[in-house]
Amino acid sequence: MSELSELYQQVILDHNKKPRNFRVMEEANRRAEGYNPLCGDQLTIYMDLEGDVVKDVSFEGSGCAISKASASMMTQAVKGKSLAEAETLFEEFHRMVTGELDEEAEPNHLGHLTIFSGVREFPARVKCATLSWHTMRAALKGEEAVSTE
Amino acid sequence: MSAIEKILLETPGLEDEPWDVERIREDFPVLKQTVNGKPLVYLDNAASSQVPQVVIDRGSKYLREEHSNIHRGVHYLSQRATTAYEGAREKVRRFINARDVRECIFVRGATEGINLVMHGYGRKFIKEGDEIIISAMEHHANIVPWQMLCEEKGARLRVIPMNEAGELLLDEYDALLNERTKLVAVNHVSNALGTINPVKEIIARAHKMGVPVLIDGAQSAPHLTVDVQDLDCDFYTLSGHKMFAPTGSGVIYGKTELLEKMNPFQGGGDMIRTVTFEKTTYAGLPNKFEAGTPAIASQIGLGAAIDYLNSIGRERAVRYEQELLRYATERISAIEGVTLIGTAREKASVLSFIIENVHPHDVGTILDQEGIAVRAGHHCAQPVMQFFKVPATARASFAFYNTKEEVDALAHAIEKVIEVFS
Repeated sequence: MSELSELYQQVILDHNKKPRNFRVMEEANRRAEGYNPLCGDQLTIYMDLEGDVVKDVSFEGSGCAISKASASMMTQAVKGKSLAEAETLFEEFHRMVTGELDEEAEPNHLGHLTIFSGVREFPARVKCATLSWHTMRAALKGEEAVSTE
Repeated sequence: MSAIEKILLETPGLEDEPWDVERIREDFPVLKQTVNGKPLVYLDNAASSQVPQVVIDRGSKYLREEHSNIHRGVHYLSQRATTAYEGAREKVRRFINARDVRECIFVRGATEGINLVMHGYGRKFIKEGDEIIISAMEHHANIVPWQMLCEEKGARLRVIPMNEAGELLLDEYDALLNERTKLVAVNHVSNALGTINPVKEIIARAHKMGVPVLIDGAQSAPHLTVDVQDLDCDFYTLSGHKMFAPTGSGVIYGKTELLEKMNPFQGGGDMIRTVTFEKTTYAGLPNKFEAGTPAIASQIGLGAAIDYLNSIGRERAVRYEQELLRYATERISAIEGVTLIGTAREKASVLSFIIENVHPHDVGTILDQEGIAVRAGHHCAQPVMQFFKVPATARASFAFYNTKEEVDALAHAIEKVIEVFS
């Protein structure tokens, strides 16, 4: 059960139950939809981008605990960040959950997000954890849809 | 009389011999392993079933001693391979009780079987303004090909609705049947819900209007007994890998008169009579529909799987699976917070469920940690999910080698899921 409790930590369960920044943002100037056709998870990321800075970010949609909690914590992590900082977080997060980044050995900016490191023990769930990140990145780039297949 | 009643009533002495599940399990080497330190509990049979040793042995004998191309060589090995391959076809004929072995076309699986009919029959005979009827509980394999055809031809797809239990509304079906209807295509057993559909009645009503019917038997071939002459279906398709044979094996049955007037599916070797650069004439049945070298080892394996099913007694297996389904339904539905999706009166051994406030993927991951394999997702039946207003379900599907103890393990694991998410 240890790997399992590593995956479903209290913080993740809490974000699943009470996702932060879970709303439609009317004033958003960027918006992208993420969809995982294999499992049906879908979410929309809303962003209010001011110059180089993510002034506000929110999401809505449906998915498993991992994808919802990941989206919730992603919004907290990138809010107030510059485009370059958000991109760095995306890369570090992606490398961590795919097992390429050892968050304890390599300096990084992940902070609380390291709670998702347990995902790398569950290859089938990596897409759940990264869907919101891919969608966030698509929104930053001005793309409207992303699909993780 | 329902399909299950018919099987149970028409087979005398079924109660006399108890089902020795432990002995049956010995036949399936894959079941002997542990997963995450727990004994494997394999409850994903509707996705793909396990393969008994005799089937593995038969496939491996072909590869060791008989491998060669079929229908081509005069040499010894080619003849042996051809004999084994055609022998498997005859086993299929008896298994579904087709009139003529040439009506049994080997395909990769039910998906390819349906696509073969779409191309060979649909594209030739369906015209603009025609209608094709499917049902609300079809697998994507029995939706998408017809949608593609309708788009190409300007035809219209109509859908027989279902009720909240997951049973088709036959009165609505009657209302859909009309002089524009050119084909009915429905599944025998729903993969997402387990519902056994009254296909004999569906076929009879279509035939009154002169409309041919395709039955998607991917889920019925492994869990019921099938008699295509008794059903009087025009097409019936099954997947070998869902009935204890290797992937890449499968069958589409069609009535001779229909198969003969259809266009071939794919062009290539083995499906021709003569070829010149000006014109090709096609081979007779079944070769007309079997272009290229087929999955010979897999189809021979399908024949061996049929022998295996006959040896253990298909009717007895059905009876045991029904018993297991009853036990699982009672056990799982009694857990607070669990809702069953698909509660038809007549079901095959499929239990789709959702747990309050827990996404099915999380259920699947936690169950996997307990060594339990279930399917979590939309089961390639997104319209069914939309009907029940759920994004996905978890699905436990049983075969005759599953046990009541495994149902208990599933129940305990579900309770654990609820605990983690409480």
